[in-house]
Amino acid sequence: MSHNLSDFVAQSVQTLPEALRLLAEPADPSLGPWRPLAGGTDLMVTLAAGTLPAGRYVDIWPLDELRGITVTDQAIELGALTTYTEIRQHAQLMTEFPLLGLAAKETGAIAIQNRGTIGGNIANASPAADTPPALLAYDAELELTSLSGVRTVAYSQFHSGYKQMDRRPGELITKVRLRRPPSDAPGRTVHYYRKVGTRAAQAISKVCLAAFARIDGARLLNIRLGLGSVAPTPLRCTRTESVLLSGPLDEALIRRAEATLAYECSPIDDVRSTSAYRRRVTLNLLRELLQQCRSDRRE
Amino acid sequence: MRLTLTVNGIERTCDVHPLARLLDVLRRDLSLPGTKEGCGEGECGACSVFVDGKLVNSCLVPAMQVAGRDIQTIEGVAPSAELLDRVQEAFLRHGGAQCGICTPGMILAAKALLAEHPQPTMAQVREGLGGNLCRCTGYTKIFESVIAAAALPAIPPSAQPSALEEAKR
Ligand SMILES: Cc1cc2nc3c(=O)[nH]c(=O)nc-3n(C[C@H](O)[C@H](O)[C@H](O)COP(=O)(O)OP(=O)(O)OC[C@H]3O[C@@H](n4cnc5c(N)ncnc54)[C@H](O)[C@@H]3O)c2cc1C
Ligand code: FES
Ligand code: FES
Repeated sequence: MSHNLSDFVAQSVQTLPEALRLLAEPADPSLGPWRPLAGGTDLMVTLAAGTLPAGRYVDIWPLDELRGITVTDQAIELGALTTYTEIRQHAQLMTEFPLLGLAAKETGAIAIQNRGTIGGNIANASPAADTPPALLAYDAELELTSLSGVRTVAYSQFHSGYKQMDRRPGELITKVRLRRPPSDAPGRTVHYYRKVGTRAAQAISKVCLAAFARIDGARLLNIRLGLGSVAPTPLRCTRTESVLLSGPLDEALIRRAEATLAYECSPIDDVRSTSAYRRRVTLNLLRELLQQCRSDRRE
Repeated sequence: MRLTLTVNGIERTCDVHPLARLLDVLRRDLSLPGTKEGCGEGECGACSVFVDGKLVNSCLVPAMQVAGRDIQTIEGVAPSAELLDRVQEAFLRHGGAQCGICTPGMILAAKALLAEHPQPTMAQVREGLGGNLCRCTGYTKIFESVIAAAALPAIPPSAQPSALEEAKR
């Protein structure tokens, strides 16, 4: 092991207010502010690699109030500590918001799914993470809590740049909220999720597209596209969405949407893939999705 | 911190840093070297153990999160000194282990899989062991061992001799 644990302070808490009090403490001159530790599947890797900044960590794993999935008339809410395994096991969530279950299934192997949390996935802010595209496709909301209260942020507004986010000092992500559409919402729904990596299991994505669409006849009534690994942040493709809503879903519209998406995403070359490959695959995924929307229409 | 936890049914106590890896607590502080270290970053599964019945990678679990918890390691899998667990038995019979470094993790992952899917398909075996890497066997013998284990009775043969004889044939 390369790391020196004596540079790290860590403390467990039993209640949310206790956690918030620590997080609200002013930064220590040498150790910095308190930072949350959840399932540790990102933090412990960086700790072992020697890249985790020395400092103070508050272990929120014991906070049962941040666990579990709640269904109300308006929404399904996931506590920030909800694990991938818990997501996969929740029948109603899997039925109404299947993309989240597909993302959870694609995330690491069982032992990772038993420990990794949705809050940690969001706050770790990797552009290659697997739940963000699904959260964008469903226009999820985040609940952030600090000693000064609770606020709600649209997830599409949360990431502002590479590893930068709208999380104020002292705030913890406490909930992820998925609004349930009214049961009489018009049109047929399409849920699409595809992660492209080096192999089926356990690979970090090269490109990931999640989409939710409503289609009536030849027209899309609504579409939301969430992309991973093609920009400094998980990307909601609003310009491509507007193109797709502007007319009947025919070959000409698909071509325009592809041209827009090619422009809207900004993939990079890195160890996992090249920019050109990622852009090509992104467009292929869009076409596959739109073909799925069209074939559903003919049923 | 003073850490108290239950390992393989026995309460143990040691002094560790709260962020020490459960893997090191087991191997170094509690002298249980059956749990192996491969990658140290969650990719290989050699360090798999159960925490409160859930499969985890012990290299990613900080000591502070297992205070008061119930841990099962490979050392606690066989029901007695004479008797092996059915998964261990199947690995022996079907050549599921070569150098053995991945084996403790494979066996625990297989047990987690069989708890969820008592009669797993090959696809389920592959998914269930997807987090466990092996550089020796080429996996086929491991997957075959797990399928074979599913056909063995979960309870010790002393309690169910006829069923074991049945399964052996
Ligand atoms: C082998 C392996 C495979 C993986 N595969 C995938 C994959 O396929 N796809 C994928 O997306 N990810 C993958 N991951 C990454 C990781 O498992 C996920 O990002 C996981 O969801 C992180 O959650 P955690 O609870 O373990 O976070 P932690 O490691 O505990 O924390 C991660 C970050 O989030 C912060 N944080 C945690 N909870 C909160 C909160 N409630 N509020 C504010 N900040 C918080 C922490 O301060 C830290 O910065 C993998 C990791 C490993 C080791
Ligand atoms: S050593 Fe823990 S997963 Fe490889
Ligand atoms: S038997 Fe050697 S690594 Fe699997």
